[in-house]
Amino acid sequence: MADAHDTHESEVVLPEPDKGELWGMMGLFDTPADLYHAAEELRDAGYKGLDAMTPFPVHGLERALGLKPTPLPFLVLGGGAAGLASGIALTWYVNYDYALNISGKVPFSWHIYIPVYFELTVLLSALTCFFATWALCKLPTFFHPTMRHKSFPRTTDDGFFLTVDATDPKYDSASTRKLLEKLGAKEVEEVHS
Amino acid sequence: MATSAPVTPGDTPGTRAKLVLGQPTFKTVNEDIASIVESKPTPKYLLGLMFAASILLVMVGSLVKLVYSGVGVWGLDNTVFWAWDITGFVFWIGIGHAGTLISAILFLFRQKWRTSINRAAEAMTIFAVMAAGIYPAFHVGRVWLLYWVFPVPNQMSMWPNFKSPLLWDVFAVSTYATVSILFWYLGLVPDLATIRDRAKTKLRYLIYGILSLGWRGSHRGWLSYEKAYLILAGLSTPLVLSVHTVVSFDFATSVVPGWHTTIFPPYFVAGAIFSGFAMVITLMIVARKVLGLEHMITIRHLENMSKIILATGSMVGYAYAIEFFIAWYGAVEYERYAFLNRMFGPYWWAYWSMVSCNVIFPQLFWFKKVRTSIPALFAISIVVNIGMWFERFVIIVTSLHRDYIPSSWTYFTPSIWDISLFVGTFGLFLTMFLLFCKFLPVIAASEVKGVMPQADPHGDDHHGKDEEAHAHG
Repeated sequence: MADAHDTHESEVVLPEPDKGELWGMMGLFDTPADLYHAAEELRDAGYKGLDAMTPFPVHGLERALGLKPTPLPFLVLGGGAAGLASGIALTWYVNYDYALNISGKVPFSWHIYIPVYFELTVLLSALTCFFATWALCKLPTFFHPTMRHKSFPRTTDDGFFLTVDATDPKYDSASTRKLLEKLGAKEVEEVHS
Repeated sequence: MATSAPVTPGDTPGTRAKLVLGQPTFKTVNEDIASIVESKPTPKYLLGLMFAASILLVMVGSLVKLVYSGVGVWGLDNTVFWAWDITGFVFWIGIGHAGTLISAILFLFRQKWRTSINRAAEAMTIFAVMAAGIYPAFHVGRVWLLYWVFPVPNQMSMWPNFKSPLLWDVFAVSTYATVSILFWYLGLVPDLATIRDRAKTKLRYLIYGILSLGWRGSHRGWLSYEKAYLILAGLSTPLVLSVHTVVSFDFATSVVPGWHTTIFPPYFVAGAIFSGFAMVITLMIVARKVLGLEHMITIRHLENMSKIILATGSMVGYAYAIEFFIAWYGAVEYERYAFLNRMFGPYWWAYWSMVSCNVIFPQLFWFKKVRTSIPALFAISIVVNIGMWFERFVIIVTSLHRDYIPSSWTYFTPSIWDISLFVGTFGLFLTMFLLFCKFLPVIAASEVKGVMPQADPHGDDHHGKDEEAHAHG
């Protein structure tokens, strides 16, 4: 199956590389462990703009990369609070606008609206969670400079990339490349947008 | 220590059966899952799809007849005003529960075996909820006025009744459908990116490129992504329990003997999980064989699901017993009659079908031989689904057909349109499921890779060793 796959000429060709602004450097590793150790070395060497590209989340890698935790939980909390508030406002307004007398219950008997409050809280939390995640990942996008690396398709298969942003103050084409290669990275390339 | 690929199906207490059999690498996992999407559909698949689509047409025809002639085409009357329609609704909603349970609750409990079945089970949830939605949508009679169930501002100041469980149902089911789709899609994105990166044709690159939102597995992305997955799992857990709770309120808040009981919410939720897992087993047994995924959806997965069926089946049996006890102990004449009538009245056959399918047959799962036999699993899973349909039928019809006034007693018989619509919903469900199997990755590749031993950054890449042999530090 694999061989048949590789012999087919691909129609998918991205535009010529090295035309735009420098994005950063990418180095390929074969195992999560190699990537992990290399990331620790770069972090300890003082690099701040580190990231990795992996086929699955490598747990604990954020420590090796020196990344900050995601603010997502706070955004979801906000979404949930808005959901609960909208539920209370909706049930209150509807009964103020047109009070239905159902078996003599008072118009705004909040206990009976608990299912509605609960569902709206969950709904708005989930919507916030979903859309905020993509916003935090800077998605959707159809193109990213890293896609120019010829082994990019391996990131969703079995390749483990370590990337360094060009905006990192320590970034230097020659020395960063040398360090990555010393740590065992293969196919070290600079990519441009 | 089990060293090389044990084909022994079960778990021994010391070393568990592996989640992925054989000598998998990250590449073979990709290859096995993506090649299903990339290969041309086989004649068998097309035949299956045509079969499912023709049943779907039965549903379309039944709905056309229903809208054209009105709800009167069903076998309902003044006494039995709910029957096959609500039975079908509760049946399908119940089946939907397993997907969210596997994807959310088992995730929170760190049950790693869920990874190879969660995607298909979540898809099944969404299609089951779609099939369920058909019933209330068309039962309103004028389906084009369906939007009236939502609180849409209008010049008449007309609002739905927020004090009714039927309105809670609208909120619960629509929230459930939305959150299930979001959760499913979130999980799909990394695997859609895999298909994009393997694409050899421009069209496939474009379609999966758009669907995957440009995902590239950046760790900054994975950080938010994993947190989002955890949060959605946390949100879905109470949500899945609330949905069938609210569905049971449709009955429990009424004053009909046989419905008016407080045991309904937990009893309905247990029954929903019970039927949902049965449906997952039925579909997975077929899918693993047809799609050649037997090394990823292993006997261990099927056996674990049969244990959940055994547990929830026993809960359901307990609920049947306690309902009777409370009816007797409560000493309300009407309640007592309703339950005796259920057992020995004109619908005795439905009641005893339900008890044998739901309480007796699943008890066979106490035996490991039964839990690890594919034919036995397949047969019992179908029996459970039949039993759960009967459960809803028994609850709904036997409680209604003899109400407080003997002069209005009646015996419900379904019309041909009741039957054709229910059969047709299976067409919708199967068609959607078959399309899903062909066009989307049926197994969460990125999650399966994550539970493989070589995924651990602190391990030293022992290919093919037992997963428990080097538990990570």
